[in-house]
Amino acid sequence: MTGTFVGMPAFPSAARAALADTQLRHNLAHATGVIRGKRAAVVGEVDNWEELRLAGAAVKERALLALDTQLVRLEESLTAHGAVVHWARDAEEANRIVVGLARAHEVDEVVKVKSMLTQEIGLNEALEAAGIAAWETDLAELIVQLGGDLPSHILVPAIHRNRAEIREIFARRMGEVGRPAPADLTDEPAVLAGAAREHLREKFLRARMAVSGANFAVADTGTLVVVESEGNGRMCLTLPEVLVSIVGIEKVVPTWAELDPLLRLLPRSSTGERMNPYTSTWSGITPGDGPQEVHVVLLDNGRTRALADEVGRQALRCIRCSACLNVCPVYERTGGHAYGSVYPGPIGAILNPLLRGTGDPQTDALPYASSLCGACFEACPVRIDIPEVLVHLRSQVVDGHREDRVPKPEAVAFRGAGWAFGDARRLDRAERLSSLAGRLLRRRGRTSLGRLPGPGSAWTDARDLPAPPTESFRDWWRRTDGGERP
Amino acid sequence: MNRAENGADNSARAEILGRVRAALLDVGGDLPDAPVVAPAGAGAGAAPGDLVALFAERVADYRATVVRCSPDDLTAAVAAALPAGARVVVPAGLPDDVRAGIPDPIADTGLSATELDAVDAVVTRCRVGIAETGTIVLDHEPDQGRRAITLVPDHHVCVVDAGQVVPDVPDAFALLDPHRPQTWISGPSATSDIELDRVEGVHGPRRLLVIVVDPA
Ligand code: SF4
Repeated sequence: MTGTFVGMPAFPSAARAALADTQLRHNLAHATGVIRGKRAAVVGEVDNWEELRLAGAAVKERALLALDTQLVRLEESLTAHGAVVHWARDAEEANRIVVGLARAHEVDEVVKVKSMLTQEIGLNEALEAAGIAAWETDLAELIVQLGGDLPSHILVPAIHRNRAEIREIFARRMGEVGRPAPADLTDEPAVLAGAAREHLREKFLRARMAVSGANFAVADTGTLVVVESEGNGRMCLTLPEVLVSIVGIEKVVPTWAELDPLLRLLPRSSTGERMNPYTSTWSGITPGDGPQEVHVVLLDNGRTRALADEVGRQALRCIRCSACLNVCPVYERTGGHAYGSVYPGPIGAILNPLLRGTGDPQTDALPYASSLCGACFEACPVRIDIPEVLVHLRSQVVDGHREDRVPKPEAVAFRGAGWAFGDARRLDRAERLSSLAGRLLRRRGRTSLGRLPGPGSAWTDARDLPAPPTESFRDWWRRTDGGERP
Repeated sequence: MNRAENGADNSARAEILGRVRAALLDVGGDLPDAPVVAPAGAGAGAAPGDLVALFAERVADYRATVVRCSPDDLTAAVAAALPAGARVVVPAGLPDDVRAGIPDPIADTGLSATELDAVDAVVTRCRVGIAETGTIVLDHEPDQGRRAITLVPDHHVCVVDAGQVVPDVPDAFALLDPHRPQTWISGPSATSDIELDRVEGVHGPRRLLVIVVDPA
């Protein structure tokens, strides 16, 4: 797993590979189980949690339904506090702005706060192409970056790696890009974290430019907010001379007071803590304290496309807490890489098609990567009805294929089923044939079919199809008189 | 560089705002109504003594050290909180009763990050303490200093007056000035990125010691 998410296989084949990886499944089951337990405990402490969810959803909705007004207000208040505001339609434009700022300041490296958005736009790659090194400073992101790997969880991007692998990555790679890991490095988490501290401190102390995202951007005060645990965020936000924050246009919160429900919801939903160790807020420039040059890039990159979808726009309320990942039975078994995107799990399954539009095989597979069990909606602190959006997007995917010259295998299969179910005698005959096949298979000790031939293979590529029962329901009914006779 | 000098930026701005308006044709796009009023936080109406006890308990829950003392004992408590021989940086506006507990304090005269890296500890006040979440909030007024001094040294001693403790997050929002930079701190720097084992002390201070001063 290296490099970029672009061109990755569609969910079904990626998931099949992931399911065969027992180490991955073990790490994931452990991690999601632990976080679920912690989350449940601290959510249980808040007796008006449901009211709080409603308030959180209402705040984000209020911002989104007047997004143009909000963005203009945000720009005004940021500018009034000394920040320079840039607008970027897409990834390319945003990357160009950041590269331009790095060049203007003649820096050949930047330190970075963990940010999903900069991964979404491939900022590190763009900087690298311009000869500028981008150092990830979140411990998990550092593990992913040094391992030449991709993140697999919103909150714990290196969730798929165990301590022995991490020790090996640090020992092998740290020396190539900066201060080497100590010779006596063990795989104790505290020792590994200590090595990361030394390695990164050198970079923090000399960095002249930092890049961050923002969890929230308050329109009426121009206040940006970054929530974190390690202090690497604080280092990047305060030590360098120049700070560039790339903010998705959906991050707007109308007023300072309306941050309150979101800051009560986020840490409990995310890490299962009452409050995360560090929250930093800043509004433009503070003379004598922190970066004296502050830039904010407001980025669209598909967000207006998502906003235009009346059912789907609720996905823009997402505060990236990752609670929906941790409760999702599909995510728990496949991990994040299978989604082939920066945003994995249930939210990724709706956000990617909404941002990019349906139409390519990778994106079109995502609305189907769900059992529609509804656990994600229950967990979501801003009440995004993910199952509703999934169903809505499935219909868009189907509509997108109506004009296809070759009919989809499902369409052929359903036509066949319609024919069989349309007549009792036909159904009877079909069932007899299938139970005969089932008896033959079971005699050979098989309980599931392998890969089906022809169009059926599209179904069995992603699923194990049980062998047909040895007796059809109708035969059983006739033989036992509907269960009356043994 | 500002926006006016950057033509590409201007057309991007117009285009994005245009797309937003087009996407919202079904709703009109006026700012809906009044700000959302969130439900009350926990602990409103609790006795001040109970609040401070909860604050102390929740701060300790995050593996910070909590010490409670009377105003008369503050100077001694600060002295006891610092490792022997520690080099200690202090903000310009630190009150005298706190400063008196620090042998040879180093005044922050705009020390560089590298200079701060050679310092062992920092002593500050704070703006607000939040009982429900065990959080101290710094707004970097002169009694707390600029952000870097409470970040780079490894040991942070923070003095909280019992009267600064509020019940929950919304009470803090009502008191804080959104135009000042703020740092909300709940326990020492921590990570759970390796197999979800919690490790204290990655990049921020590895030790947080909170001194709560109870009313005389
Ligand atoms: S969709 Fe909801 S639960 Fe999932 S990451 Fe976003 S806010 Fe959290």
